[in-house]
Amino acid sequence: MSNDDQILEEFTSKEYEFGWTVDLEADEAPKGLNEDIVRFISAKKDEPQWLLEWRLDAFKKWKEMKEPTWPNVHYPKIDYQDIKYYSAPKKGAAPKSLDEVDPELIATFEKLGISLTEQKRLTGVAVDAVIDSVSVATTFKDTLAELGIIFCSFSEAVKDHPELIRKHMGSVVPVNDNYFAALNSAVFSDGSFAYIPKGVRCPMELSTYFRINAANTGQFERTLIVAEEGSYVSYLEGCTAPQRDENQLHAAVVEIKAATNAEVKYSTVQNWFPGDKNGKGGIYNFVTKRGICEGDHSKISWTQVETGSAVTWKYPSCILKGDYSVGEFYSVAVTNNYQQADTGTKMIHIGKNTKSRIVSKGISAGKSQNSYRGQVQVMKRADNARNHSQCDSLLMGDQCGAHTFPYIDIENQSAQVEHEATTSKIGEDQIFYCQQRGIDEESAVALIVNGYAKEVLKQLPMEFAVEAQKLLALTLEGSVG
Amino acid sequence: MLSIKNLQASVEEKEILRGINLEVKAGEVHAIMGPNGSGKSTLASVLAGKEDYEVTGGEVDFMGKDLLEFDADVRAREGVFLAFQYPVEIPGVSTTNFMKTALNQIREHHGEKPLDAVSFLKRMKEKMKLVEIDQSLLSRSLNEGFSGGEKKRNEIFQMAMLEPKLAILDETDSGLDIDALRIVANGVNALKSKENATIVVTHYQRLLDYIVPDYVHVLYKGRIVKSGTKDLALELEEKGYDWIKEEAEAQA
Repeated sequence: MSNDDQILEEFTSKEYEFGWTVDLEADEAPKGLNEDIVRFISAKKDEPQWLLEWRLDAFKKWKEMKEPTWPNVHYPKIDYQDIKYYSAPKKGAAPKSLDEVDPELIATFEKLGISLTEQKRLTGVAVDAVIDSVSVATTFKDTLAELGIIFCSFSEAVKDHPELIRKHMGSVVPVNDNYFAALNSAVFSDGSFAYIPKGVRCPMELSTYFRINAANTGQFERTLIVAEEGSYVSYLEGCTAPQRDENQLHAAVVEIKAATNAEVKYSTVQNWFPGDKNGKGGIYNFVTKRGICEGDHSKISWTQVETGSAVTWKYPSCILKGDYSVGEFYSVAVTNNYQQADTGTKMIHIGKNTKSRIVSKGISAGKSQNSYRGQVQVMKRADNARNHSQCDSLLMGDQCGAHTFPYIDIENQSAQVEHEATTSKIGEDQIFYCQQRGIDEESAVALIVNGYAKEVLKQLPMEFAVEAQKLLALTLEGSVG
Repeated sequence: MLSIKNLQASVEEKEILRGINLEVKAGEVHAIMGPNGSGKSTLASVLAGKEDYEVTGGEVDFMGKDLLEFDADVRAREGVFLAFQYPVEIPGVSTTNFMKTALNQIREHHGEKPLDAVSFLKRMKEKMKLVEIDQSLLSRSLNEGFSGGEKKRNEIFQMAMLEPKLAILDETDSGLDIDALRIVANGVNALKSKENATIVVTHYQRLLDYIVPDYVHVLYKGRIVKSGTKDLALELEEKGYDWIKEEAEAQA
């Protein structure tokens, strides 16, 4: 068997291993949610008893909780009994070539500069000759394994590293943390697990791109990142390509743990289907993301570019427990047409000399509503805690809204907390100035918006940043003039 | 190069330009002077294609093309440049990046390939010298936190980068001290050639000591009421605008 064949063989058998087979084609849970469904999911995934109990406990708690109404978003009431909580990935339905894919989607890919190989992956075109990416993925896994880094799907981790999962899962976001976290804990489908051992600096960006098997993770994703003492990792989630999904409700949970001197950088580009121009359809994205800086001098940095979803409810947060630990939150949230976003962060200062920095850039266009909601809490023993928050809003047109809800809660006199907020409009003067230099209107808007969001975009890894820039321009196309 | 015939324009139904006639040939420098509110800046904006102004009559021919047919960006690509009286700030966008975007769109318009990084930087260096502008200024956000003098120098730097056929300087002298004025004027003079033309819009004669015009026109109540050589500017400096106003009123 030639080397290439061997790789292909490995690849296809792996696929089988994860159950993307005809057998599972029919596998689908009936609509609705009850204890049996939770048991069904756990059984389908061949989970150990402790995990089933964990799920059942979450389900019990979820039943006693109420859906939050405080976010500044409005959507029809969700009927949780009208949702399917498990369905196996359908393979037969995949298009055979890019010719069968919606041309509009392909046009968008072209604009974003996404390679043909990746286009195929994203649209689910049956992979026949993507030797390149398979071998890249293989090399990638080898390098990581040598360093003792674990990077795999959540289900894989449950099987191969149960002790790690059991120890850390739910320790940052408890099952009863909030309504959607409890729901996720009961029915989560799959997700990612990353473990960086002591003193290891992960030499590459960990991106779901390389985890071919875990592509179709579904609507209730769960991610856990554990960075041991003195380690470093940069993790990328999502992609700039528009992602369509039949599941309207998405409730993900992300947990990060950073030990002494460890640093975790988590970057997200979220571009789920936002609904059409009239606000029909679109994903509800209710996400709980939280990291804990457990050890002294540890650091967690969240960077997010949010352009998709009909309704977004998301507050990536940092618990700064270790002394001298640092939390950062950089966000660009764009809403257009009828999109609604209520997003921000929480910085909880517990340790001494802890520092946090918040940079939030909201961009609202069309008839959308964009809210920043952020909390800075300084606990009693957090001497010399420092926070700097900057929340800017940019409005395009006069039918959209921008809102800022900062909460500041200080229990220690030595804290230094600063909050700056600005609201501006893209001026016709700015656009005219660009046009007078020969720049067309669309490019002018792209230039101005990217300039506005630069402070956040520069936090993203280079390649991601370039794509994100194009994405911002694309999201706002046609929203001026 | 530029032929303006009976140009009329209004803003919010208020008539501001009431029949401007002006011929500008390649290689010439024209100064447009006049008291405040006479329509000088409006003329500059209308030529550049600002949408707030409605052209209600007349024609503007620019190098054989009907300028009024084009949007502002196309006019710029065809070679019309406006140095703004109040250049706007664009946070997060460096002058360098701004110029790269502009230059490449202009080149594309003329069927040329984008300038490669090396040639672009070479051009930048060359033009920076011309207006004595510092590299660090060009890496900062466009016009953000610039002094009045820096903003105007940056305008002339952009003009040098884009090499327009027709440059319109709208009150470029306002807010400049004498040293900055000299630097700006030197830049403009160095860019002058037989192929391009300049329209200098100004309230004061001062700038014209440095940028010597071939013709001076006086605008009053939306019309050119007097034209002459640079001596006319000196006369205005000495006597003010009142006698022009009286002359114009008498004719009306």
